Amino acid sequence: MATVRFEKAQRWYPGADEPAVPGIDLEIGDGEFMVLVGPSGCGKSTTLRMLAGLEEVNSGHIYIGDRDVTHIPPKDRDIAMVFQNYALYPHMSVADNMGFALKMAKVPKDEQRKRVEEAARILGLTEYLDRKPKALSGGQRQRVAMGRAIVRSPQVFCMDEPLSNLDAKMRVQTRTDIAKLQADLGVTTVYVTHDQVEAMTMGDRVAVMSKGYLQQVDTPLRLYDKPINLFVAGFIGSPQMNLMEGVARDGKVQLGNYAVPVDPTAAKKMNGNVTVGVRPENWRLLSEQDGEGFPIRVTVVEQLGADNYVYGTSDVEGTPSTVIIRMSGRAVAQKGETLRVTTDPEHVHVFDTDTGERLSD
Amino acid sequence: MSGSGSAPVSLEPKHDTKAPTPPAEGVGGFNAGKFFIGLVGMVVVAWGIGNLFLAFGYYPEKFGSRIVIAIVALIAGVGGAAVFFYFLNMMVEGLPERLSLRVMPYAYLAPAVAAIGVMLLYPTVQTIHYSFANADSTAYVGFDNYRAIFQDDEFWISITNNILWLLVVPALTVAFGTVVAVLADKLSQTGEKVAKSLIFLPMAISFVGASAIWLLVYQLDSGDEQTGLLNAVWSALGGEPQAWLSIDTARLNSFLMMVILIWLQTGFAMILLSSAIKGVPEETLEAARIDGASELKIFFQVVIPQIRGTIITVFITVLILVLKVFDIVYVLKNGLDKTNVIANLFFQELFANGQAGQASAIVVILLIAVMPVLFYQVRHFRQEEMNR
Repeated sequence: MATVRFEKAQRWYPGADEPAVPGIDLEIGDGEFMVLVGPSGCGKSTTLRMLAGLEEVNSGHIYIGDRDVTHIPPKDRDIAMVFQNYALYPHMSVADNMGFALKMAKVPKDEQRKRVEEAARILGLTEYLDRKPKALSGGQRQRVAMGRAIVRSPQVFCMDEPLSNLDAKMRVQTRTDIAKLQADLGVTTVYVTHDQVEAMTMGDRVAVMSKGYLQQVDTPLRLYDKPINLFVAGFIGSPQMNLMEGVARDGKVQLGNYAVPVDPTAAKKMNGNVTVGVRPENWRLLSEQDGEGFPIRVTVVEQLGADNYVYGTSDVEGTPSTVIIRMSGRAVAQKGETLRVTTDPEHVHVFDTDTGERLSD
Repeated sequence: MSGSGSAPVSLEPKHDTKAPTPPAEGVGGFNAGKFFIGLVGMVVVAWGIGNLFLAFGYYPEKFGSRIVIAIVALIAGVGGAAVFFYFLNMMVEGLPERLSLRVMPYAYLAPAVAAIGVMLLYPTVQTIHYSFANADSTAYVGFDNYRAIFQDDEFWISITNNILWLLVVPALTVAFGTVVAVLADKLSQTGEKVAKSLIFLPMAISFVGASAIWLLVYQLDSGDEQTGLLNAVWSALGGEPQAWLSIDTARLNSFLMMVILIWLQTGFAMILLSSAIKGVPEETLEAARIDGASELKIFFQVVIPQIRGTIITVFITVLILVLKVFDIVYVLKNGLDKTNVIANLFFQELFANGQAGQASAIVVILLIAVMPVLFYQVRHFRQEEMNR
């Protein structure tokens, strides 16, 4: 068990114009499940690979526990990694795949077998131990890759998009399995994904990255409730938060004729051009007598049973081409109809349009 | 990756699920007209092309120049084959439908198989046949030829030399090819290209040419000046200049000849092995690195097993080449000083000594020796195909 600490760790690929990761500072607690999430090319995989020792660290330091591992080769870092395409050794049986690290560490044969069998039992792979990876399904291969990591009882698990090669149903199930396994084993885990749903559902804390920089590191709920900037606001949440550009006026934000109510902190700080964010579920429908509200012409209605997602347009300049509203699954909205909606100050996220910074509380 | 769970899809034509067709005349039954037109067409085309090609041989003057013959042969050959297959197809389609579907693949295979039979199997059988006949293949002599060659010292020298060649050359070629491929892989892109091109270059040299080049390397000059590279180096190190290719102690001269073939074939091995090594997923190497394997262990336990198929393919290809080795031995020493090999011995018996019977017997021995290798290769190839 160990903590992981990045101190201004930089990775600059030879020949590149700018560093892939200019310098990351991140502390991961003992036994914590930390998810690095961001769009492709944001440096999340590079960060993980620096920790694993597969990428050189150009400057800065990485610590596992109290040990500076910056320049230690991967095999001496006591980490295990699960790769996106599993990277199983095709010529070895499942048992040999899982036992390879132990064999390299010269663990006694019977001890090797015991640990492999134990891992296989946990992962439900016992009957496949003699098979070659080729004869396994995608989900089973994924479990073998997990097994290879857990037999070693390492200090840290590194997982690089381990679910992205699975089909949708398998992914949801395995997501839960991994989260549970990690909680049971209590091994510090760094998990990379581009899928914000995975990040939200699995992580104790989530680190959102963009263009090589950490944007926000926080618990999933805090990321959702208090996104620190426009990037995090747009990235976290599905469907996306509605982000609309307006003008600050008299403690409210003017979107065309609609004045969006904001919280007092934002009201004090905001000035000029601001962007307001409202999550789809935070819109309220207005009836005739409640006043004007924000008019939205419905273009598409997605009925999911529990919820309806209504996609529509407002003709106000600065708003996105589609505004998304979540309604109850039994609420009726017709295509072409104009809905009037409003929201409450505590649900409005105000950002500075130019700097992208959060102005709300 | 995710396809392993899908239900098997039958690619067989589904006769039973066909939409109901009106019972038209001839459908599904034997169409005699079609069958016989096809049959007659095939015979006529084969007869016509056969005569045309015979005419090329017997009456070349009727066609004017060789170029005309070449062009006519090209058109008649390719076009004739197409027309032949057209009639063949027509004939098979004339058969009742169920039979036709079953016969079709064999019908298309048959001409090629027949050609191989005429060009390959017939000569083989004939050679075996001649190996039991006398020097000018006019009378049977039983096993005399075999008895004669087995009592001949030269034959045993050749056999042992061939075995040495077989043991040394394929193994070293694959080993050097692998080493070069691995090292070249670590170079920069330009460096890799240059290195590979240089090492591949000898592949473009004929065996005879290469032998001539190496003859210079092993050359012994009378007098003090040595132009032979090996002797130059040897005397610079303080040794007496040697007639290298005449030293049969421990078959040194044979080993010096093997160097030439290795030099020629390493490039070939390198190209195939290099692409195989590049095909090894980078992640498996990274996984092994994290699993605590040293670079050497990664190479032997992760890379080599994954390119095993290519290694075997290269090994067998070179092995078969070595079984047929002739040019190098012929050019450098013509088999003197205990350097003889089976192919060269055959050549000497047949063309120099006029012993068709014994020469055939030698070839039959060579054929028998190649057989297990061929069987192994075919089996290995099938397994590779199955593993795809």
